[in-house]
Amino acid sequence: MSGSNTILRAGKTWKFGDNINTDLMLPGPYLTRSPEEQMRAVFMSNRPGWVDEVQHGDAIVGGFNYGMGSSRPAARSLRNCGVGFLLAETINGLFFRNAVNFGFLALECPGVSQAFEEGDTAELSVDDWTARNPRTGKTLKVTPVPDTLLSLMRGGGILPVLESEGLIAKHA
Amino acid sequence: MGMGMTEKILARASGVDQVKPGDIAVVNVETAVLMDMTFLPESWRQILKVHDPKKVVIVFDHLVPAPTIQAATAHETGRAFAAQFGIERLHDVGPEQGICHAVVADRGYALPGTVLANGDSHTCAAGAFNCAARGVGGPDMLHAVTKGTTWFRVGETIRYDLTGKLQPGVSAKDIFLTIAGKWGAHVNQNVEYGGPGMATLSINARRTLATMGTELSSEFNIFEPDDTLLAYMRQRNPGAAIHPTMPDADARYADRRTIDLNTIEPLVALPDAVVNQSVGISEVAGRKIDQAFIGSCANGTLDDLAVAAKVVRGRKVAKGTRFIVTPGTQATYVAALKAGYIEALMDAGAVVTPATCGACWGGHMGTLGPNETCITASTRNFKGRMGDASAKIYMASPATVAASALAGHIASAAEFFQGDVA
Repeated sequence: MSGSNTILRAGKTWKFGDNINTDLMLPGPYLTRSPEEQMRAVFMSNRPGWVDEVQHGDAIVGGFNYGMGSSRPAARSLRNCGVGFLLAETINGLFFRNAVNFGFLALECPGVSQAFEEGDTAELSVDDWTARNPRTGKTLKVTPVPDTLLSLMRGGGILPVLESEGLIAKHA
Repeated sequence: MGMGMTEKILARASGVDQVKPGDIAVVNVETAVLMDMTFLPESWRQILKVHDPKKVVIVFDHLVPAPTIQAATAHETGRAFAAQFGIERLHDVGPEQGICHAVVADRGYALPGTVLANGDSHTCAAGAFNCAARGVGGPDMLHAVTKGTTWFRVGETIRYDLTGKLQPGVSAKDIFLTIAGKWGAHVNQNVEYGGPGMATLSINARRTLATMGTELSSEFNIFEPDDTLLAYMRQRNPGAAIHPTMPDADARYADRRTIDLNTIEPLVALPDAVVNQSVGISEVAGRKIDQAFIGSCANGTLDDLAVAAKVVRGRKVAKGTRFIVTPGTQATYVAALKAGYIEALMDAGAVVTPATCGACWGGHMGTLGPNETCITASTRNFKGRMGDASAKIYMASPATVAASALAGHIASAAEFFQGDVA
């Protein structure tokens, strides 16, 4: 990915607050359901109806400790909802791992929750690691991640890699 | 500049001299633990190659005994996987089964100075054994099992120096609630424990504190190795290759904090979140409860059952209150039975369940209904965690939970420990 001029544009940002936990994105009773059913349950208790409003390529703006909680594959549900990327003040380490695993672009961007209002568009560059709000013209620094992790987040995550190496079976 | 315990263990496991905050460490996984949720039909991906079957442990815990056909199918998949690759450490439903972190503790599987990975978030429980352990995702476990490695983003370290000794009736859960209330979340930071007061904490108490580190949103939670730990390892896993790891004298910490154990008081976390929610019992005493629960990887130890039994022995659980107790492993259950704790609990009116993650994650064996109130000695009190989203979950120590079960409302356990010597 490095070297290319890569700017991702989000049509719309959705703002969520601090300490958004995994159980809000993937409620316990849905843990044993299919990924499609899990996707329908995202934010059902704190923002019912959101899954019907979010559009492909939208972005989430989060606060501190985004994704706190369990190891459940909440990042997969956000990807399946069509969310293009997530920017948060800080991201929980376990949620970040699952973002890498499931091919969901989630990056830390200090100041992001102040710089964006819900509905703003957003431009993210993973070449110079900045996030820009076109409405205000304000540009923020995004905390870089190593190329290896970025490639997985922007690709299909870790499972296709393990498949291609003959370590796990291809998805039925 | 020197390294803390986490950095030293990660450096050793990745074959380099040094790691520092911000690095990505690609490490050899000494112990890879798979729990039953891994094998659910909806998430299981057939593994075609295992890096080293001797490094793999399989534990059925969230869904035991199988409450659904889906769970039974997952267990069957796990058994077949173990058989196919000759994985001997399979903890199936039966006497060797329990909550994965508690089984790891009972068996001495977490080797000091090494890396342990597990797809359950409370894996930092094994930090009590001077082991760099943390929860990872399901796909990370596929990677660890097939390739023998995983990666960690190295964080800053917060060092806690423990001094003094806990008062009677005060427990490791109260130390945790003190940290969570005073310092809040430790996002992307390692937590390390040491200091002269650490020796006064039993291995089980350290397990409670390390397990709850997940709720601080920290990366690793590692205790220094001491004589108590080394004796435990010799007894539970004799001959295992261990690498007890102390921090360097000039280790770099983002902050260093002292906790005087003498001053810790019993606390309760208010519903819906764990950190920044701690209050004194007097603030919430008298609030009616429908259920009291003691269990989980955090509070299903023999020490926890002993305290609960001490509080309720010869007394009765309040009418209209359900008191549910879940030992961490079947082995702990048997030990508690032989010590008379189970009889004391059941005579008082408690329901003692088989070892399972059960009620803690709202799975089964004590799920909460709409608008119910529970006080729990387990891992989490997130909104909706133990059942319906309208249920209120207070979190406290096993002593406070047991005292509350007797009262039918949130209550202090202080009276049951009067005259005890610290």
